[in-house]
Amino acid sequence: MSHPPVLERLKILADAAKYDASCASSGTAKRNSRDGKGLGSTEGMGICHAYAPDGRCISLLKLLLTNHCIFDCHYCINRKSSNVRRARFTPQEVVDLTLSFYRRNYIEGLFLSSGIVKSSNHTMEQLIEVARILREEHEFRGYIHLKTIPEADPELVEQAGLWADRVSINVELPTDTGLARLAPDKNGATIEGAMGKLSSAITEAHDARKRFRKAPSFAPAGQSTQMIVGADGASDAQIVGKASTLYDRFALKRVYYSAFSPIPEASAVLPLKRPPLLREHRLYQSDWLMRFYGFAPQEVQQATEEDGMLPLDIDPKLAWALKFRDRFPVDLNRAPREAMLRVPGLGVKAVDAIIMGRRHRTIRLDDVARLTVSVRKLRPFIVTADWRPTLLTDRADLRARLAPPAQQMELFG
Amino acid sequence: MIAITLAVPDDFEEWRDAARRLAGRGVSPKAVMWSDGSGVGDLFASAPFSNDRGTAPVEVRASRKFIDIARSVILHSDAERLNLLYRALWRLQKHPRLLDDAADPDVAALERMAKQVRRDIHKMRAFVRFRSVIDEVGDERYVAWFEPEHRIERANADFFVNRFASQRWSILTPRLSLHWDGDSLMEGPPASRGDAPAEDATEELWLGYYRSIFNPARLKVGMMLKEMPRRYWKNLPEAREISDLVAGAHKREAAMIATGTSLFEQENAPSSLEAIAEGIVQCRRCPIGCNGTRAVMGEGPPDARLMIVGEQPGDTEERESRPFVGPAGQLLDKAMQEAGVERQSAYVTNAVKHFKFTPRGKRRLHQNPTAGEIDICRWWLDGERTLIKPKVILALGASGARGLLGRTPSIGKERGRAITQPDGTLVWLTAHPSYLLRLDGEAREREHGRFADDLAGLARVLATEHRT
Repeated sequence: MSHPPVLERLKILADAAKYDASCASSGTAKRNSRDGKGLGSTEGMGICHAYAPDGRCISLLKLLLTNHCIFDCHYCINRKSSNVRRARFTPQEVVDLTLSFYRRNYIEGLFLSSGIVKSSNHTMEQLIEVARILREEHEFRGYIHLKTIPEADPELVEQAGLWADRVSINVELPTDTGLARLAPDKNGATIEGAMGKLSSAITEAHDARKRFRKAPSFAPAGQSTQMIVGADGASDAQIVGKASTLYDRFALKRVYYSAFSPIPEASAVLPLKRPPLLREHRLYQSDWLMRFYGFAPQEVQQATEEDGMLPLDIDPKLAWALKFRDRFPVDLNRAPREAMLRVPGLGVKAVDAIIMGRRHRTIRLDDVARLTVSVRKLRPFIVTADWRPTLLTDRADLRARLAPPAQQMELFG
Repeated sequence: MIAITLAVPDDFEEWRDAARRLAGRGVSPKAVMWSDGSGVGDLFASAPFSNDRGTAPVEVRASRKFIDIARSVILHSDAERLNLLYRALWRLQKHPRLLDDAADPDVAALERMAKQVRRDIHKMRAFVRFRSVIDEVGDERYVAWFEPEHRIERANADFFVNRFASQRWSILTPRLSLHWDGDSLMEGPPASRGDAPAEDATEELWLGYYRSIFNPARLKVGMMLKEMPRRYWKNLPEAREISDLVAGAHKREAAMIATGTSLFEQENAPSSLEAIAEGIVQCRRCPIGCNGTRAVMGEGPPDARLMIVGEQPGDTEERESRPFVGPAGQLLDKAMQEAGVERQSAYVTNAVKHFKFTPRGKRRLHQNPTAGEIDICRWWLDGERTLIKPKVILALGASGARGLLGRTPSIGKERGRAITQPDGTLVWLTAHPSYLLRLDGEAREREHGRFADDLAGLARVLATEHRT
């Protein structure tokens, strides 16, 4: 078989990888190569080295080792029956690309995934080989994220964790029926079984490191997963429920949402409109509410409308506040932190700054204005020394007053 | 009024010494005018104020938090930062917890400047682009040109040393240049863009990557501009691609929709079998639909418990516009009769509704539909399934099975057993009768036997279904 030049294959295999939303390089152990051996460093926080016009961060070299695949998942551009151009890299070629990009400060590291060739085990071995060459032969100290294949042997998945900073397995679809219909070769139980094994390996390694300094680290940046939004009929309420179960059961670092987007060579089993990109954004906002604002999953679900979908015109926190108006207004000079975090328009930082500030002064509307983006949105929900909303909280048209006016779609810029 | 000029504008220690002396002598911020010297090595200006006021200096205190924030603020390019810092230090002597009050205007200004500096530091780490050159002694060196907004070059050097200690590199900026020789860091004079190499062969790969990782189906230019403002673009090789990518995006998405995904976007699911019969006549969503043949609708009782799905109409079926009336249909009839399954009570249809063929003289030779064509036509088959709600579906051949399962199964491996669908329907696979027609001799005998066995199995399933 003749191989097209590296550039051609890079284009094909990067194109094939772009439907994975994650490009995070955060949360791993700190490393550097100050000793003059090896290459690279990691800080606690990842760096986005570039942004594409789709607004996504480019932090890692995100590639498929190959886009040949024996599976036939309908939402996936690389499915067996798709007519896309196929290509493959050898592990050494991926290593060379990673190093030459890294040396020029284009990237933080590598995010490697693959179509399934020959067998799940064979594919997993190839992925591991890339990570091994980088770490062992080049003492690469940058970030490595390996996608692991749930059907592969547990020992192989475990090896991946020894080389990688982060490992991930995609649950793909929020419902089992969706999975059965759109990913006929995959199995929800196998996927969650593999996630469970990873989760316990990560916890064990973490414990061991506490007791023995030299214990090997295992995926120090934890595991994450991705769900495709809008390819099956799952509602936002179902998705939020699924995500919170996953966070609980497998101690995930992140659940990524990827709005299903029209892919070339799409399968006609997806006779559907593209979900609005805003839906993905609303789901991330609800994710934030659960992780940083003390919302229980049921509370986020309460913010959905009758069809189980989060409203698109307003954010989920405002939607919740409009449904539970008896919880407002919140007195910023007296209320506990939890109550203040519920105020739409007040972020975690602003809340903490107000709490610090109110030890020194009585909070007035001007003080709040300095700490937040828009005090106008806040006013119906707060009480300050010089402000008390009269009746505003009870107005029937409050939603209309706070929702942003309809906008024409931007064409450019 | 005392004028203080800072010799090295980003030297926190120098500012701290001067500020400590002033505050220790009780010099009010209103009586001091701070300014920046011309830059590196400008030593004329250190503190020309009188030291002998007769009183002993009082101890000046500053919180850890203030020191941290001041170390960032001193790097800000705004000359006013020095006065602000001194005023904050002065106020801190009376209000040690001043910095906790984020709503205070001075504190807010300090926080804002510190944030801008931290952001600039972060963006420098992100956007420095090295180009590889071979220097005069034949060694490889990585050289970058960068224009930071604030005076962050020295403060940021450590990051690059930690990351790239094993390679030799230089970062050139309008204020100064930094050089790492693999061992130690050296500082050089200001540089200009022309001092840095103009190209690097690897950039072609990087640009190719940047173009390919971009998803034209989701354009969010505002989001990109927020994180990668235009002022950085001139030193980012990949930024050259942006306007092309944005312009092409709308076009590319439109083309993708035209060829794929949203073929049925405007459609509601068909509400009746008549609607499907009309719909398939009009359907031009795949090449077979466009070949001018007649569409062939399924037929049978609308409440059938058994549905039979073949591949596509053949020559005879197309001419008569009825499914399974040709040779394969006759073979199926006979085999079903022998197995004791009544063909008349079944709804018979095909995975693909038009006849795909290649003309050979006067004859039209059957051609298999592609997976893509079957998948497109599945919209209609799904419609029939939804309306008829069969309990059991017999799939004839791999194409029929694909229309039902959404994947191409191996008939040899999966025939003769029930595959339960998410909606509870049982799908039963067997070979397509036209396959049997193409065989002869021993193979024909064997395959006919297996076909009969499959249908006998189907009869048992139907009987069981009936009892439950």
